[in-house]
Amino acid sequence: MTAPTVTDPTATAPTRRRPGRVRGPLLYTVASLGLLVMSAPFLWMALSAFKTKKDLTASPPVWIPSHWTLANFRALLDQLDMARYFMNSLIVAVLVTVCNLLFCSMLGYALAKLQFTGRSKVFGIVLAALMVPGNLLVLPLYVLMTKLNLIDSYAGLVLPFAAGAFGVFLMRQFMQSIPDELLEAARIDGAGEWYIFWRIVLPLVKPALATLTIFTFLGSWNNFVWPLIATNDPGKYTLPVALATFANDPNRTVGGGNGMLMAGSLLVVLPVLLVFAVLQRHFTQGIATAGLK
Amino acid sequence: MSLVTGSTADSAATGPTALSKTPVGPPGGPGRRPLGRHNLHGWLFSTPFLVLFGVFMLLPIVATLLMSFTDFGARDVTRPFEAEFVGFDNYTRLFDDDVFRTALFNTGYFVVVGVPLTVVLGLLVAVLLNNGIDRARTFFRVGFYAPVVTTIVAVAVVWRFVLDPSDGLVAGLASELGLTAPDFLGSETWAMPSLIAMAVWRNLGTVMVLFIAGLQAIPTEVREAARLDGASAWQELRRVTVPLLRPTMLYATVITSIGYLNVFEEPFVMTQGGPSNATMTVSLDMYQEGFNFFHMGYASAMAYVLFVVIMGITVLQLRLLKDNTS
Repeated sequence: MTAPTVTDPTATAPTRRRPGRVRGPLLYTVASLGLLVMSAPFLWMALSAFKTKKDLTASPPVWIPSHWTLANFRALLDQLDMARYFMNSLIVAVLVTVCNLLFCSMLGYALAKLQFTGRSKVFGIVLAALMVPGNLLVLPLYVLMTKLNLIDSYAGLVLPFAAGAFGVFLMRQFMQSIPDELLEAARIDGAGEWYIFWRIVLPLVKPALATLTIFTFLGSWNNFVWPLIATNDPGKYTLPVALATFANDPNRTVGGGNGMLMAGSLLVVLPVLLVFAVLQRHFTQGIATAGLK
Repeated sequence: MSLVTGSTADSAATGPTALSKTPVGPPGGPGRRPLGRHNLHGWLFSTPFLVLFGVFMLLPIVATLLMSFTDFGARDVTRPFEAEFVGFDNYTRLFDDDVFRTALFNTGYFVVVGVPLTVVLGLLVAVLLNNGIDRARTFFRVGFYAPVVTTIVAVAVVWRFVLDPSDGLVAGLASELGLTAPDFLGSETWAMPSLIAMAVWRNLGTVMVLFIAGLQAIPTEVREAARLDGASAWQELRRVTVPLLRPTMLYATVITSIGYLNVFEEPFVMTQGGPSNATMTVSLDMYQEGFNFFHMGYASAMAYVLFVVIMGITVLQLRLLKDNTS
């Protein structure tokens, strides 16, 4: 069993290591095929959004629309209040991001640069919070939000996500690399802690703030479970909740709903993919930072 | 472009590891800075996070536990303190609940099949893109990572049509090959594998990025030495790369397991747990009991059972995989 596995690759790859003339093209073919499989659902979605009803139900399925149409988008905008859902998602994501940037960097600063009694306990709380599963929170959070009259409000959607442990961790890691001497010098010159934090530390950790912004914004934009629970009024739906509601609506098929659904999915996913493609370096960096703590 | 990505991922891989070596707790070292020097400000800067943590995490965790010992129902949402104490009734009921047992089984199925697939494929893609491909690396990485950042609901909606038995993509490809594709989401046998396929497709990128960071932390000399000794590509992967990636593999396995144990969105959007509970997962069961039927005490007990299972499995994985390393 072991013998053939060991000898096989050497037999097929006499070129010996380094993606050479023979292996190179093969590896690129494998990678391209993989990429094709990975992107097929996206391509299918993007093309289907422009298909007529006939093309959508064609069997065998057609990839390229025989007749390109914008009817799906028009119907979507007519029948669903897409602009409102978009605004709801945007407002919530912006508020969540601003809160996280502020609160996470504040605690990150305290943990990285301020000596205070109980600091290691606070850091322990942050690490514990990293591991809290969302399932343990949703039921009482729903009760709490009902009691506070925050169901169907932006506050109800924002508050549970206003400060994440991941952000604290990220900011602390970056702030630790700021030399203490710099902050000492500012203190000797009479600067207060808030001034030092705001005017010296934050400008120095801009790359970390950028990473946190992307992660938090997209996390909020893509969030589904809590907005699903915390909204009853369709006027307060975020994009994913509106899309899921529409997808599960049994009456949807009446007005050529499948094309609309593809158009809607495209509208939800496209901004995310564009942002990601432009800022992808920060993503890989953030994942690696979080992953290799 | 590819050079740039390579170097940043590199620094990201080494940076935090170096950083985390600095002591976490109060530095007792040279004793220059007595603890308590910034007591007031330390606590002021911690307050916003701690308040939010207390109200929106600590309180709910305790409340879920308390709720799980009551018959908390729809009427108690507005009057939470009037729910009746029922002891362990919810927990004992759980183990007679066929739907919950099915949900536990399905969740286990999802983890046992999905986690190895995700981790192994993620590793292979990472090795392929890191060691086999020099040009257009960024392009390939972005492509493989794209599913991770997209809205799960939109993606699930699309997958529903990709898997549609009459006019879906897979069915079409199958019929061109002269095969008949099963009604993936409508079949009790195929519904779960379909959801797993979708989850693997979606989470591959996360694991890939972790492994790429891990690969770039391996000194090139180690691999060159293996090559000089005449190791084949496969031998190098098995005997050099994989053992050195153990810590990354451990982390990837643990976070993927936790994610899959909590799986909710895929079955919610694609199947609603059907057909006949074939894709019912613990999280979905909890959601339906809690928010569709308002059996919130009962749902809280489910949440705690899931929590204990996740904790147990995580600890077990940490033990098992740590032992293998030494």
